[in-house]
Amino acid sequence: MKFAMRIVEQRELLLATVILFMLVVIASINPGFVHPENLASVFNDTSILIILALGQMLVILTRCIDLSVAANVALTGMVVALINSVFPGVPIPLLLVLSLILGAGLGAINGAFVWLLSVPAIVVTLGTMSIYRGVIFLLSGGEWVNAHQMSPEFLALPRQVFLGLPVLSWIALVVMVAVYLLSRFRPFGRELYASGGNPHAAFYTGINVGLTQFKAFVISGALAGLCGYLWVSRYAVAYVEVANGFELQVVAACVIGGISIMGGVGSVGGVILGALFLGIINNSLSVVGVSQFWQLAISGSVILIAVIANSRSERRADRIILRKAIAADALQPNPGTAASR
Amino acid sequence: MEQTMNQATTPNQLGASWKGIAFRWETFLLAVFAFVFVMFAMASPYFLSVWNLSDATFNFTERALIALPMAMLIICREIDLSVASTMALASVAMGMIAELGAGVPAVVVIGLFVGLLCGLFNGFIVTTFGIPSIVVTIGTMSLFRGITNGLMGNEVLNSYPAGFSYFGQGYVHWVFSFQFVLFLGAALLFYVLLHHTNFGRRTYAIGANPVAAEYSGIRVNRHKMILFAAVGLMAGLASVLLTSRLGSTRPAIAFGWELSIVTMVVLGGVNILGGSGSIIGVVIAAFLMGIVTFGLGLLNVPGVVMTIIIGAMLITVISLPIIAQRLKAMRSKRL
Repeated sequence: MKFAMRIVEQRELLLATVILFMLVVIASINPGFVHPENLASVFNDTSILIILALGQMLVILTRCIDLSVAANVALTGMVVALINSVFPGVPIPLLLVLSLILGAGLGAINGAFVWLLSVPAIVVTLGTMSIYRGVIFLLSGGEWVNAHQMSPEFLALPRQVFLGLPVLSWIALVVMVAVYLLSRFRPFGRELYASGGNPHAAFYTGINVGLTQFKAFVISGALAGLCGYLWVSRYAVAYVEVANGFELQVVAACVIGGISIMGGVGSVGGVILGALFLGIINNSLSVVGVSQFWQLAISGSVILIAVIANSRSERRADRIILRKAIAADALQPNPGTAASR
Repeated sequence: MEQTMNQATTPNQLGASWKGIAFRWETFLLAVFAFVFVMFAMASPYFLSVWNLSDATFNFTERALIALPMAMLIICREIDLSVASTMALASVAMGMIAELGAGVPAVVVIGLFVGLLCGLFNGFIVTTFGIPSIVVTIGTMSLFRGITNGLMGNEVLNSYPAGFSYFGQGYVHWVFSFQFVLFLGAALLFYVLLHHTNFGRRTYAIGANPVAAEYSGIRVNRHKMILFAAVGLMAGLASVLLTSRLGSTRPAIAFGWELSIVTMVVLGGVNILGGSGSIIGVVIAAFLMGIVTFGLGLLNVPGVVMTIIIGAMLITVISLPIIAQRLKAMRSKRL
């Protein structure tokens, strides 16, 4: 019983248990799904979502949100695809660096508005989301860049198998480790949590909250840029509507993974599990025999159930703090506490 | 200190800090509207035709109908991103009941009812579990759209009863479409509700400080519930109009509208962080967005370019007053 309670309180453990349970159910219907080879392909399929969700996590930790990630993916993807189709000689590593820089630049635009003008992030990224999409149209003239216009090397990179896994999966693994180390062991990572958890306290500790938010946007943008190349090369096509609406999947993965939209709370493990959760659902529906048309409804219900489950554990913590605050008030009258909550 | 760190500067503080109506946000918007109007009139000979302008209203009335209660919801520090999906679900419900041979009143009632139900569902989850509405409605956005997809598959529903087309295509008098007149009526209603009733004052009070509002005896959760229900109901109404105008229901109906509706509200000077905003501003913003879309259409500007302009407009219009205020602060510091 005590063990069960501990699992419920540990968000990541709870989520992992749910995923395991789900896999057991799916396996009982179709054992082929849990074959290691298939699980690896599900992971590969979810790689882009994982990378984007980890970037988004850094932004949400600082109490912001980046709704322009999907448009960023589509725009950088289109730019590298166009470059590749016009100048097939440009080496792929250079294109990769370019997509990172371009993505970071697009993220920096978002971040600059948030940092320098303190425009709410949701407003800025709502605007840049449609601007970036529009720019793709201007660049491409509404045309598609198809597989035959891309060079074989351009298409091959994410598919190349290295130590049993495709490069795409390896990139996701590297990003996972990097973001984990950043968020846990680097001062900047702790600043992200501090800026979102309590901006006032962070300010008095000497953290430049706006600059931290700016940096989070730049990293999220750079990762989105990387995904731009990966997406276009993996699906072998670039057009205006690439990844349309994907930003909500990305936010959903964070939310399911226990990232608090109010900032300051969440872990890399949670986000990865949240993304995998969505990935497994998306990949298993046809296996289980549920019509593909119900996929969206199922991920919608999953998001709702996840946030409700998360809210319960968060609220419990809140009450305890409040009780402490009330106790502190009783000892020493302090008019500030009620207002700050 | 608290102000600069916690709250972003809002368009409405322009009116509060600079005295006089001349510097109000609404006046600024109106000036922009007039400027854009004149520019288009000079750029296209077809612009200044009454019928063309009447057609232009169809570009925004359905969205604007939802923007009205959405403005109140945002003032109240909540948001509903599921409105477009609510419209889709309401549209499917109408299409299915029409398939069964229901008459016009039944079809309309079911549309409104499904909309109301979706709004109540959002409100219930937000108020019962105390979860930020942006998260909840991202979830219900997928859920409602997902149910629509699940129910419809690849089908198109288009066997609507005769006479149903009036709501989206009919004219009350001369060039005034039913939609447009309905929008004006709704705008008036929400204007009175927000600016001249206790309910409206409570909305601002909750938005300015929910804790203080709770302690001064406002039933905050019930208030939010009513606003979510109102947004849902208006989404149902907008769905009736749109379905009637298109004459068919597809799973992707109204896709992406939630963002243009929020853009409309924010452009109208409503603070995205809650506490301030006005219905007049939202109405002018609706007209402005409608006229820009229509005018650029006349000039053969492709739809995607319009999204650039709308997006740029949103960011510029929010940033300008902030820059102005910064400059003012810098100047006063120097003195």
